[in-house]
Amino acid sequence: MTATETRLVTARLRERPEDSWTMDGALASGAYESLKQALGMAPESIGKEQVAASGLRGRGGAGFPAATKWSFLAPDSFPRYLVVNADEGEPSTFKDRMLIELDPHALVEGIAIAAFAVSCHLAFIYLRGEFALGYERLTDAIRDAKAKGFLGANIQGSGFDLEIVVHRGAGAYICGEESALIESLEGERGMPRIKPPFPAVAGLYAKPTVVNNVETLATLPHIIAMGGERYAELGVNKSTGTRIFSLSGHVKRPGNYEVELGITFRDLIFSPELGGGTPSGRPVKFFIPGGASSQWLTGSDEHLDAPLDMDFVQQTFGVMLGSGAVMVYDDTVNPALIAWRLAKFFAHESCGKCTPCREGAGWIEKVLYRISHGEGRPNDLDLLFSVGNSISPGVLNAPFTQTTICPLGPSAVSGVASLHKYFREEVIAMCSNGPRAIPVTAGAMQ
Amino acid sequence: MNASGPGHFNAANLVRAHEIVAQYPKPKSAILPLAHLAQDQDGWLSPDAMREIAQLVGETPAEVLGTCSFYTMFKRTPCGKYVVSVCTNVTCLILGGPEILEHLEERYADDGDVHVEEVECLAACDNAPSMQVNYEFHEHLNPEVAAAIVDDYKSGVLTARGVSGGRTR
Ligand SMILES: Cc1cc2nc3c(=O)[nH]c(=O)nc-3n(C[C@H](O)[C@H](O)[C@H](O)COP(=O)(O)O)c2cc1C
Ligand code: SF4
Ligand code: FES
Repeated sequence: MTATETRLVTARLRERPEDSWTMDGALASGAYESLKQALGMAPESIGKEQVAASGLRGRGGAGFPAATKWSFLAPDSFPRYLVVNADEGEPSTFKDRMLIELDPHALVEGIAIAAFAVSCHLAFIYLRGEFALGYERLTDAIRDAKAKGFLGANIQGSGFDLEIVVHRGAGAYICGEESALIESLEGERGMPRIKPPFPAVAGLYAKPTVVNNVETLATLPHIIAMGGERYAELGVNKSTGTRIFSLSGHVKRPGNYEVELGITFRDLIFSPELGGGTPSGRPVKFFIPGGASSQWLTGSDEHLDAPLDMDFVQQTFGVMLGSGAVMVYDDTVNPALIAWRLAKFFAHESCGKCTPCREGAGWIEKVLYRISHGEGRPNDLDLLFSVGNSISPGVLNAPFTQTTICPLGPSAVSGVASLHKYFREEVIAMCSNGPRAIPVTAGAMQ
Repeated sequence: MNASGPGHFNAANLVRAHEIVAQYPKPKSAILPLAHLAQDQDGWLSPDAMREIAQLVGETPAEVLGTCSFYTMFKRTPCGKYVVSVCTNVTCLILGGPEILEHLEERYADDGDVHVEEVECLAACDNAPSMQVNYEFHEHLNPEVAAAIVDDYKSGVLTARGVSGGRTR
């Protein structure tokens, strides 16, 4: 248990806590050198050679290979847009906020590299509305980058032009879904579109559009600096490189940790330089490995010793590394309570476009509320499964399908499926004993 | 508040509003940023402001309302000077967020300057429980500390951003 951080994307903000977000601090630690290097390459080779060789996969949730996504852009159709997903709203994910507040120049540099690679001249950063400090830091960074000739017209004498507009959201988790984000950017209600067409063919203003996550783009300068092949030497299998994990809940040292993919959950949660174990010293009862949308894992050896490998955890346990949020709960926590609160989140954030999600998420919340608050009824588990099944047919034996337009609906069922898999007896006991008092906050920290 | 009355951008903001519209290939995209601008100026998003936004982007007021009513950050009734947003999502839940919310709701129930609201995860879970006051983060809270912070805003010890997070550029 000696796993430590491997800092690429977080190197500057850790090494220069006093000024990492300023132009001076960023330049003193190598910012924009990769951009200069990239501007000397053939634009298409950046995606086809460097990024493809790096194996970089999206850090926003779905883990889609970045170079492949860029290659789907409709050819010969211009203008094209690059849209940065900085809407970070997945519960317990807080890595993009850190990058935006503490190293906005890394993001600006990554955007410039990506825009050059896909021949785009106008990029939008869709920033979560609540990130007021992030908004200031980003707009300052863009202003300063423009003054230094890293943005604007004829960047570094290359003939390449790029403007970046920061667009603040206004409190809607669903706008993190890429097509809802595009709707919102067009001045509409943030409701997902039916796909196809995918954004790469018809996205913002019906033009070819790349949507990438903040961390995905902030990784690009390192891929250019190291070379794609060397980047791919980090990590494991098709989960190459490093990722920032947002660790929270019952750990001694909550925080963002950038680690090489392939270390285990046990390393992440227990290593003294990472999570440091539970504050109470009590065992981990369960953890949510990839943000609120993922199904859960337990404190069993089988689960704790699983590697942080996107495909392995998906294929073996039906969970995802998703947004990189890992929430840890010790054995004082009532799992039904966590499932209820997450269901409440999804019910609140459902955009309402499809019935199974709009109605079903609300039902799941209500039933989980009464179960977790000591008023469960004998048939409640069956009721939960039937509602869950109407959103995600087959959810109890993944792979499941979805009856909804976007994956938010199925995400609302993740907690139900997890309770069924790992805490069935506990939940049945809560349902059949009739009303009884269960503390709402089971076990405070320390 | 501004001299020309709520719902009408003051001179500086009107200039800013035109700049914002010009940033986008299609003017309708400016609805959200203009709504933030109006809310920072007036303290809420009034029907008058939405009518002016409609003119600026060339849409009907109903279109603007249709968009804005989707988003929880836009307050379509006056909400006081301080928006206090308390997270009760899962990490804050197990570390005491709901108790903070309850305490602040009771304490400021009759205070027209303070609007206490329950919000979803603020991306500050490493320092949970967390809240924002006019979109400034405050972390590692308990009910008493949270109340002291709100009181510090009220007494001017802490300086608040605009109700929409301030400094819309
Ligand atoms: C409900 C929902 C919310 C999402 N929220 C975010 C988000 O806040 N940030 C993000 O980067 N991706 C989010 N995503 C994933 C995006 O749709 C998209 O896959 C991602 O931004 C692509 O970028 P990447 O390939 O670089 O990961 C969300 C997806 C769904 C279905
Ligand atoms: S699944 Fe839910 S959030 Fe997604 S489009 Fe349907 S109603 Fe909206
Ligand atoms: S759960 Fe409260 S800030 Fe994330």
